[in-house]
Formats: sequence, C-alpha cells, structure tokens
Amino acid sequence: MKLIFEKGNINRRLDLMPECDVPVVDVDERYKRKKEIRLPNVSETEISRHYTKLSKRTFGVNNGFYPLGSCTMKYNPKINDEIAKLPGFSDVHPLQPEHTVQGCLEVYKLAEEYLCEITGMDAMDFQPAAGAHGEFTGLKLIRAYHRDRNDTKRDKIIVPDSAHGTNPASAAMAGFTVINLPSTEEGFVDVDALRKVVGEDTAGFMLTNPNTIGLFEEHILEITSIIHEAGGLNYYDGANLNAIMGIARPGDMGFDVVHLNLHKTFSTPHGGGGPGSGPVGCKMHLTQYLPTPRIAEKDGMLTFEEKNGKSIGRVKDFYGNFLVVVRALTYMMTLGSEGLKNASENAVLNANYMLHMLKDTFDIPFGKGRCMHEFVISLEKLKKEKSVSALDFAKSLLDYEIHPPTMYFPLIVHEALMVEPTETETKETLDEVIAIYKELYDKAYTDPDSMHNSPATTPVGRPDEVAAARNPILRFF
Amino acid sequence: MGTYVPNTTTEQQKMLNAIGLSTMDELFDVIPNDVKLNAPLDIPKGMSEMEVSYKMKKIAGKNKVYDTIFRGCGAYRHYIPAIVKQVTSKEEFITAYTPYQAEISQGILQSIFEYQTMICELTGMQVSNASVYDGSTAAAEAVIMSKDRKRNKALVSASVNPMTIETIRTYIAGTDIEMEIIPEKDGLTDIESLKKMLGDDTACVLIQQPNFYGLLEDGDTIGGIMANTDIKYIMSCNPISLGILKAPAEYGVDIAVGEGQPLGIGLSFGGPYLGFMATTDKLMRRLPGRIVGETRDSKGRRAFVLTLQAREQHIRREKASSNICSNQALCAMTAAVYLAAMGREGLAQAAKLSMSKAHYLAERLCEIDGYELVYKGEFFNEFVTTVNTDADRVLSVLSEHEILGGYPLKGQKHKGHLLWCATEVNTKEEIDTMIQILKDIK
Repeated sequence: MKLIFEKGNINRRLDLMPECDVPVVDVDERYKRKKEIRLPNVSETEISRHYTKLSKRTFGVNNGFYPLGSCTMKYNPKINDEIAKLPGFSDVHPLQPEHTVQGCLEVYKLAEEYLCEITGMDAMDFQPAAGAHGEFTGLKLIRAYHRDRNDTKRDKIIVPDSAHGTNPASAAMAGFTVINLPSTEEGFVDVDALRKVVGEDTAGFMLTNPNTIGLFEEHILEITSIIHEAGGLNYYDGANLNAIMGIARPGDMGFDVVHLNLHKTFSTPHGGGGPGSGPVGCKMHLTQYLPTPRIAEKDGMLTFEEKNGKSIGRVKDFYGNFLVVVRALTYMMTLGSEGLKNASENAVLNANYMLHMLKDTFDIPFGKGRCMHEFVISLEKLKKEKSVSALDFAKSLLDYEIHPPTMYFPLIVHEALMVEPTETETKETLDEVIAIYKELYDKAYTDPDSMHNSPATTPVGRPDEVAAARNPILRFF
Repeated sequence: MGTYVPNTTTEQQKMLNAIGLSTMDELFDVIPNDVKLNAPLDIPKGMSEMEVSYKMKKIAGKNKVYDTIFRGCGAYRHYIPAIVKQVTSKEEFITAYTPYQAEISQGILQSIFEYQTMICELTGMQVSNASVYDGSTAAAEAVIMSKDRKRNKALVSASVNPMTIETIRTYIAGTDIEMEIIPEKDGLTDIESLKKMLGDDTACVLIQQPNFYGLLEDGDTIGGIMANTDIKYIMSCNPISLGILKAPAEYGVDIAVGEGQPLGIGLSFGGPYLGFMATTDKLMRRLPGRIVGETRDSKGRRAFVLTLQAREQHIRREKASSNICSNQALCAMTAAVYLAAMGREGLAQAAKLSMSKAHYLAERLCEIDGYELVYKGEFFNEFVTTVNTDADRVLSVLSEHEILGGYPLKGQKHKGHLLWCATEVNTKEEIDTMIQILKDIK
C-alpha cells in the first residue's frame, strides 16, 4: 500500500484557517527555518480514504477474538469514549485555577476511592502514564522509603523469572540491581529459594498475582512475609488484576505498593500501543513519597496539595493521562461492586472453560487443569515432532480472523502461547475458537507446511524482520 | 448494575458444569481463605448507561470551559481540523493493542512509520521513535540515553519548563547521572556560564526552544560550543513553531524532543499527550521505545514491523535502554493526521498566525500602564509581562469574562509576572476585548 507521502499533488491543500487579522510578524533571519519540510500535500478525501484503508489493515477488539495473554483485551465500552469527549473534560487547560476544575479533580478523587477499595490500598496516584511507568514510580517509592529510614544498603529487587520484561527493566531504571528468582517446576515462586536470596540488601520483591502462567500463588502470605521479615517491601504488578476483583485484594496479601493498568482491567482502549494509564497505589507508610501534586480536600473544595519534602517528585507533565482515567471511572461506575466481581468471575470462567475443552488436545504444563483468567499452552511437542512452532500456530490463526494469543511468554515455558479470553466473549465465540485451535492442531500433523507458510489471507505475509533490523529503514524520505 | 458480560446465567452454569463445577466460588478454591474477601467491595452499586452518562456529565459540568484562552505553558489550544477527530475515532485504531502481529497490524504500523517520517521532517533529524509519554519524559529519556561510561553529567538550562526539570530529577535519582542547572540571564540560557560548566564528564546540554518564557534561545552559538565534542546537544521544541523556526538539526542538535500536544491533541486537563523523540543515525540504537521499520514479506510486498527490538525490555529485561512498553500510539496517529491535514503551508500558517497574534497581544498589553515585557528577547507565541495590580485579581476578573489569562509564574523573582500565550485560534476581537477589560480594572 502507498504511503501518504506517495499520494496527492504539490498544490493540494485544505483550507483550515482564516487570513491573519493582525499585523503579520516575521521571524528574524537568525531563527528562520531554511530546511524544507516534506509533509503530505493531500486533499481531505485522500486523508479520509488513506486512513480508512489503514483501518481495514488493523485488527482491534471490535474485529474479533483477541485473547492476548497478560493484556486483558476486553471489550472497550463506547460510553467511556463518549464521556471522555465531553468538552468539560477534553477542553480544560491543565493550569486553570482550581475552582474551575473541580470536576476534573473529582474524577481523580472518585477513581482513587474506587481503586483503593478494589486493591486494598490507602492511596492511589494517577501520574504514571502506563504500566511500566507505574512500576518505575512504585519502585521509586520503595527506594524513598528505605532511604528515609537511612537503610541505604537495600539496593536489590527480586524478580521471578516468569515476570514481565518491564519488571527488571523498571527496577534497573530506578537504580536497583535485579536478582532473578527461578520458579518451581509447578510455575510458582520458589519459597525456599526466596528465603535464601533475601537479606539486608533486599529492597523489595515484584510479583504478578495471579502470576504470568495464570495461577494464583498459593503461598502468597508466606512469600510476602518472608520479604517483610527481611526488611523489604512487596510490589504488586497489576497486569492480572482482572482475575480477582471483588474476590481478593493485593492489600490483604501483604503488598505495600501496586500499579494497575487501566487499559487492561478497567476497559480503556489501548489505541494501538497507547495511551494507557498506570496508577500507583500504596499503603499508608508509603503515601508521603507519592509523586506531587496530590489532590486533597480543603473546606469542601478539592485542591492540589503543595509539594512535600519526601515526595519522589514528578514523573510526568501535569497529572496523568486524564481522559484515560475518565474512561476507567465511567467503567467502574457502570459495573459497581457487584459488576466488577462478576467481570472477574466470568473472566476466570471463560479461561477455565477454554482450558478444559483444550486440555486433552494440547499440552498445558501448569495448573493441573485449572487456571485463573489465563492459561499457557506449550507447543514444544508439535515443534519437535512436526516443526510447527508457536509462531507457526499463531500465524495460522490469522487466517481464521482471530487474534493469536501472546507468544513466547512467559519465558519459562517453551513454545508458549498464553491465552486470556476475558469476560466479554460469548460461549459461542469460545466454542468456535476451541474448534479452530483443535483443527489447527490436527493440521500440524497432516499439513505442517501450510502452517509454516501461513498466513495466506492477510494483506501481507510474514515480514522479513531480520532484514528490517539489519538494514533499518525507519522513515520514508 | 451495568455489565459487559454477554453470557447469560444459564450459559455460565452450563460452562461451570462442563468443567465439573457447580458454582462460581469453586473457581477460586485455589485462593487461600485468609486472603479472600468475605464481604462485597465497599463501592457504589453499578448503574445503567443512562445513569452513568448523567452522572459523568454533571461532573464534567463542574469544570469551566473557557471561551478564550491566553495561557500555554506546555499545553496549547490550537485549531483541530474535523478530519483529525474523525480519523482517530475509528474503532480499529482505538481498540487495537501494540502491533505485535504485523500481518494484521499493517494499518497501525504504517501510521507510525508515517508519523516517524513526519517527526524526522519537522526536526530535521534522521530517526524518530514511535512516541513516549509526554514532552518531559521525552527529555528525561534523552538525558538517560546521552550518558556513557565517561560522561554522566547533564546540564539543563534554567529556562527549560520547570515540570521538565522536575521530571528529569526524578528519573535520574538513584542512578549515577547528575544534573546541574545552567543559570539564565535575561530569560535566556546564560551562555558564558554554560561554557564554564562544560567538562570531560558532561554528557549532555538540554535547552528548550522557544524556552519556558517563550523566548528564542541562541541555539546556533550553543550548538557551536558543542560542535566536535562528544557532548550530546538536546533540544526540546514546540512542534508548531518548527513550521517557521529553525529545525533542531539546523542547530546541530543530537537529540530533538518535545511535547506533541499542539499537533491536534486537545487540552484534556493535561493528558494523554505525546512525547516525541528524534535523533541521529549514530544514536539510533540507543533510542528508547518502539520503532517501526519498513521491510518486505516473502512475496516482496512492502511491510512494516516493530524493529530494533534488541533495545527493548521484553528482550533485554534489566539491560534494556528503557522500560517503556505502552506508549502514546493513538496520540502519535493524531499528530500524523493533523500534519497531513495541515501540510507544510498549513503548519507554517499556524505558526505564523500564532506568532503574529502573540506579538499583537504583547503590543496591546504594553499600552496599559504598568504592563511591560519582562524580557526583551525575541519570542514566538509566549511572553512574560508585569501587571499593574494584583495578578490574582486581574485573572479573576478575566475569568468572569470567560477568559483564561496568562499563567502566574511561581517564585519570588516572578512575583506579579504573567506568562501569556496566543495561538491561531485567538482573534483580534478577543484580544481587543480583553485589553478593554484590563484597562477598566481599577
């Protein structure tokens, strides 16, 4: 397909702005641009058609089943978007006087109240723009906590080998050394190994629970107390919160700090890669380190609290990805106490139903036939016997117009496919998908070549990624 | 209660039975009892869509949407063409995930490739990433990427937006990067001080163009000082201004960053916005975040993929160049559609209109006794003035007239100073009306 730069004509343009109604001021030569800007010269029709064509080459949750494990690709309710477009939210300057933005501050305050109750935390801050940004912020809180107690030797963060790549990356970025903790054969945190690695240098422990193979850590209280007894803090990666809303809370499991992904659990759309929102919640003993400004109530008015000396400071411009928070709040208000629990129950039910229907065909190495909201298939046997890899399987699914599961994650499972159906899928869809998965499994034995060559029906076939990295072409001109 | 669960209770029961269970509770048997909640969450009951809509509209109604805004300071009200809003409302674009499956994500990938090209064109740089969270995190990431084994000191001009300086401070705390602030003189980076501060351990120099006060920095002289050294020259810029102002590359910049919000993204009470980052071929592999590259499929068809992933957290884990995963993709697409709609001439026109209106506004303000420009340097579309009475009073009178006046600068030396802004959306009539209101304040 042509790029937008390859369309149009040099003299085409839109008429968007009026003539200048004040004396025209020109830039002094010293600052004047000499370098040409090659932007598209296109009509509005061409823009409209270009992007419509691109949208047809894009697969969203509205297009079909999207069981991307760890990403919680649930349906994105349209009312959320409609509310976010209200001028009272979308056309408000971030530096308006406080009394003119009481509604915006109320959104943050309400969202904080909901999320604190859902997670069992005492405070929630919305500055982080995404999950990884939340991790970074949460780890900074841990660092500030230890330093404030003059416990400066605590420079190690323990991370299970099943963790998301962002965990170790965030810990390193926050100035910690990362200790990788191997998992047990059952896919859980190795409690004995954990006992051995903790010590006076332990700053904290990062955990996703349910973990990345979709299992709830049975010994969670023992794990978190090992860390606490060693003087460290427990960090909860909220990627998998969708399994336990209204059922269990990180705050009751011994976690001191959490981040959530509003673009996963709380139904805000992911926009092809962002914007997300990664609020950080914490227990009382960490609230004084949260980023500033914080929102507080004074004489019946919501206001931004002055900077406090112990805050880790600002992690972003202004206050966060506000319109994403508006959407998440709309969602939480819609579902309410009962609805959030119901969402988690059905997320877990849908995953278990799929797992149950697939387990006699596929190798599902962990969980003994049960899971929380997601499960991991291993295609190691298919790879060995028929050279059909997780990648081949995933690419073959594209020809059925369904999105593949997450591939090759977690790293502790060979030829992994991680399936997270979410609660917003119907039983009919699940049954169709189960049939397709089984059909493909058989195909791997009868016609493996077609799978190596898949997909056949997409606008392009498998791109040459090696060439792309070796000889990078990163812009048109 | 509202719900998006489609399965009926009968279907749910059928599924439970299929897996050999009889109740939902049994699904959670694996959770130890001592961490299980034994009461419902203490939050309000769910509501119908109509009720939620009503409630949220009431909350939105508590905010004031100003008819006229003369405030910028990192967030700007520009005209957003209708096509921009339509295109970026397409459900496929909104609801897709990061384009991991390239074959069914060519739309998102191509849109990012086009965005990267446009950012390269605006900045004159050679490589752009697919976006980071916002202008300040872009600056912080640039500081981090400029560090090497020998060089760990970042020199940041005092005339950079304070939010950016604060963000950098948070980002580098706990690492071996240090930051020193280059003093300002007459609202501009003090070049003599800068010269003295440079050393063998200087990793980078960051300036903002136009700077926090709207003034134009002497980017050439600063570039000249750093030419032929290993110090990275980082410039944070306003993308609209690049329609007429020198491209960062023309100053010899190594890393250009900035806040992309002016490119078709609404004020949105501060977010989501768009951090853009562009650099030289030489520094390409140190850029953080997603990058899209062009390649071919086996049939030779043009195809786009996420590339240079060896830099990223999902591959490198603790050795990654940054932890960034989700970025601001839809905002990047918004900027791309905006730039396509504006074109070179439209962008230059928006920049020229903004600059001309700001100068007219400054001229008219200075007609009023007690209003003076605090700095004499050249400016783009923002500038600082004194006021002739209590600044808070001025602003509240304007607010009563549905006008958001200049931003009251913080700190002792700026007491009573307002930072004003105008863009193409401000008309002569609006400006004249405000001047009359200000003149009438006794």
